Amino acid sequence: MAQQLTAKEPTAERIAELKIYREFGVSDYEYGLICEFLGRRPNYTEIGVFSVMWSEHCAYKNSKPVLKKFPVSGPRVLMGPGEGAGIVDIGDNQAVVFKIESHNHPSAVEPYQGAATGVGGIIRDIFSMGARPIALLNSLRFGRLENERVRYLFENVVAGIGGYGNCIGIPTVGGEVMFDESYEGNPLVNAMCVGLIDHDKIQRGVAKGVGNPVFYVGPATGRDGIHGATFASVELTEESEEKRTAVQVGDPFMEKLVMEACLEAINAGLILGIQDMGAAGLTCSSSEMAAKAGNGLELYLDEVPQREEGMTPYEMMLSESQERMLFVIEPENEAKVREIFARWGVPCAKVGKVTDDGRLRLFHKGELVADMPVKALVDDCPVYHQRAEEPEYYRAFANVDTTAFEEIVDLTGTLKKVLGSPSVASKEWVYRQYDHMIMTNTAVRPGSDAAVVQVSGTRKALAMTTDGNGRYVYLDPEVGGKIAVAEAARNVVCSGAEPLAITDNLNFGSPEKPEVYWQLVKATDGMAEACRVLGTPVIGGNVSLYNENEKGAIYPTPVIGMVGLVRDLDHITTQEFKAEGDVIVLVGETYAELGGSELQYAVLGKTEGRPPRIDLEVEKRVQDAVLEAIRQGLVASAHDLSEGGLAVALAESCFGRGLGAVVNVETGLRADVALFSESQSRVLLSARPEKADALVALLKEKGVVCSVLGKVEGSDLVVRVNGRDGIAAPVEELRKVWKEAIPCLLKN
Amino acid sequence: MKATVYVTIKENVLDPQGVAVQGALHSLGFSEVGKVRIGKYMELTLDTNDRSEAEARVKAMCEKLLANTVVEDYRFELEG
Amino acid sequence: MRVAVIIFPGSNCETDCHKAVRETIDQPVDYVWHTSTDLSAYDVIILPGGFSYGDYLRCGAIARFAPVMNEVKRAAEEGRFVLGICNGFQILTEAGLLPGVLLRNRDLKFHCHYTQLEVVNNETPFTRDYAKGEIIDIPINHGEGNYYCDGETLAKLEANGQVVFRYKGENPNGSVNGIAGICNEGRNVVGMMPHPERAISDLLGSSDGKRMFTSVLSAWRERHGAAING
Repeated sequence: MAQQLTAKEPTAERIAELKIYREFGVSDYEYGLICEFLGRRPNYTEIGVFSVMWSEHCAYKNSKPVLKKFPVSGPRVLMGPGEGAGIVDIGDNQAVVFKIESHNHPSAVEPYQGAATGVGGIIRDIFSMGARPIALLNSLRFGRLENERVRYLFENVVAGIGGYGNCIGIPTVGGEVMFDESYEGNPLVNAMCVGLIDHDKIQRGVAKGVGNPVFYVGPATGRDGIHGATFASVELTEESEEKRTAVQVGDPFMEKLVMEACLEAINAGLILGIQDMGAAGLTCSSSEMAAKAGNGLELYLDEVPQREEGMTPYEMMLSESQERMLFVIEPENEAKVREIFARWGVPCAKVGKVTDDGRLRLFHKGELVADMPVKALVDDCPVYHQRAEEPEYYRAFANVDTTAFEEIVDLTGTLKKVLGSPSVASKEWVYRQYDHMIMTNTAVRPGSDAAVVQVSGTRKALAMTTDGNGRYVYLDPEVGGKIAVAEAARNVVCSGAEPLAITDNLNFGSPEKPEVYWQLVKATDGMAEACRVLGTPVIGGNVSLYNENEKGAIYPTPVIGMVGLVRDLDHITTQEFKAEGDVIVLVGETYAELGGSELQYAVLGKTEGRPPRIDLEVEKRVQDAVLEAIRQGLVASAHDLSEGGLAVALAESCFGRGLGAVVNVETGLRADVALFSESQSRVLLSARPEKADALVALLKEKGVVCSVLGKVEGSDLVVRVNGRDGIAAPVEELRKVWKEAIPCLLKN
Repeated sequence: MKATVYVTIKENVLDPQGVAVQGALHSLGFSEVGKVRIGKYMELTLDTNDRSEAEARVKAMCEKLLANTVVEDYRFELEG
Repeated sequence: MRVAVIIFPGSNCETDCHKAVRETIDQPVDYVWHTSTDLSAYDVIILPGGFSYGDYLRCGAIARFAPVMNEVKRAAEEGRFVLGICNGFQILTEAGLLPGVLLRNRDLKFHCHYTQLEVVNNETPFTRDYAKGEIIDIPINHGEGNYYCDGETLAKLEANGQVVFRYKGENPNGSVNGIAGICNEGRNVVGMMPHPERAISDLLGSSDGKRMFTSVLSAWRERHGAAING
């Protein structure tokens, strides 16, 4: 059968002898399995294909055991994990399609293109389901902005996201940006896309129908990104800079054409199965499409459009050139399909056919150059149950009293410090570079708790957000995991929506380290529990492991992408105080909880102790009560409390319209603790004076603790604690600090 | 034959990219750098051997498409 | 009144323009592909925003050679109404239907946010429903919106009343004299960087853009006599 093709490529024997497979991330054990599956030694092309299919990124070999715990079904779930993206019913024959994915390692090396192609990839996942993308969100984490390299990464990641999203014409409506030393050298760039589809148009990535032709659409294949999947599965070192060739270059204009052409072909009913070529390009898409259909696939690599000369089968199969899709059609539709792609100016080539023998066979220059069992590639990668070990720091932190510091007296100054901390400060510098208005459906633009996008032609809307908190998860992974999901749901509820489902991006260090694997196990335990209690199944997601740099692993950072349904446009709620005289109500209880808080980080320079506790039953009650209050028209503004606690939430609620507030907090806690504690399950509401009593009555009826703090009044933020002076400053002054923090840091 | 085309923004038009690059060079310690202007460089492979015809046609390409003569200047070289 | 919204490869605001026409003035509106060679049926032609041809070479540099542009030119010469929004404005300047050029924003950053515009000239078919000097809220969304023309052209534009919109307050992109939109000498071709089609609903932030569409409808009705209904 297949010999090596070029004098350069090692033979199957050399590969075994010199253990070349190790360079591809394949262990001796895995190599042995591959030989068994093949019944012989793999040649260069075959070991290349196996190495990417069996990488963590494609096979989830270290994370499958934890991903199994997630609840993935529910009455509204039409498609769970396993396809390009998950799908949730929103009524009226419509469904929302969404998923989040990471591009961390490429962004660390080439931030503009790394971020841009991350956006491109997630968009393809959405339209490969047949859905028209309607929104983009992203979750970004960097080191400290005082560091020049961090500023370079930050500016270019943002430019890359804008450059790609704006050009393709999908609004980037929300997201989060956070800064902490932990992410220095290993930034996190998670991109989420949301799309809409009618039930009867849902597509799947299956190679259906034996004998049917397989088509490749998109620009020609080059040598970019080869071993990108493997690159994602290893840690970053100084040598990684040289791996720049593993970073793909995106062309959003081409993707726009590909997207429009594919959607047109799908809507015309011409496509049987379609999948995007993302990580591991042709290899992954062809293997998975065949596996899902229980079929096999033959590819004629000479037919693959190539933009470089002399590409080998190995290179063609592993290339991660962007903006390409693979699909299967019925032979009689070939002419119609070709016409559509020609009209849009998108290259289109017939590159193979579906077979019934469960093999992936590759032909090049008239020879069979690779022949592998599909099932072995897609389903039979060994799963590793790594060792989990509770780390020393976790035990030590149990005894830390996070309030053991001298009481802060200058509360106004402290508020300014926290507001000026980049993680809390205004992100306007970022989202001004994103087109967040195109498609004219964005009812709530960046800056509030969640973005809200109207479902065109209906009175419904979708609220969406990305949320995560690496510090909390580091301090207690299980609690942190619960909080991540709870906070995302809370944000969506504050916008007037019922949380539907989540997509998750697990960003962790090396699973081969017992303490990291322990973090992964515990965090996913917490997430799964929260998903169950809050009724938000996981419909898909992404795992990014090996996020480490010279100093060690990043904080374990699960990022939650949550989508909620707003039943009626009248329910849409935003966080800013609306009018003078409105009554301010705090829902929930405040405890002495500063572990992992912004106060602890920005003012005390530490991250230690236990994070705030969370009672998921209480959280659910609070969310249900707030949503009901919104639906009954009793709420003028709603803002969930998170980083910076009550003080920051009050300030942020004042900033929108520049309205002041005069409040008094009755508490048994120290004033500084009461104002900056980050206790969970709390929401700041305001209501028109004539509705305030009804609001409080409803909250009490729903079994939720609440207290009236004061009123929207004047143009200063005045926060008294137990009747004594606490915070007092003009809103404009606070707003200036908050607004200018990031631009100032960048100017240096 | 190969044509190399240089398109630059006109002298009297503000070039904010050039200004930004000058600033960045200064902050890296290259204080001797004065004005910086950024332009475009294009390589065209021409299927012809007739030099004067190529010259006329490349000029037309520049006038029509490759440069926006409202704000850009161009020049080109032919070789081969 | 029949409206055409031209689609070039890479245009992405055509759906918003189409929606704006339907929802504000409810007139027949068609998408027209860039290869079309006949726009004779249309009274109003809109060149929408986006990234035609990926903004390669220069914004609008390649789109201006699309077959449909001959028809747009003819429509302009015949006095029919042409509106270029954002990338559409860029295409009109590259095609020579409007003077000047759009350069990269001065701070080299993409800007997406609301701006306040002064309606400098309310005597074009697209602005007659505004008051002269009125300040309106319209969003911008561009990386290359920095309008430039040489001193002589600028003086002529100002003197001749060809400046239609000017940024009030902060100039977001460095354009000369804060120019946000201009028209040709005949007043029937208007180009602007801000997006009026994004400002037709208070739910989304502003409805000040509506009157650009009502204006052109009333201009057309006046020209064709009130007897013709839509």
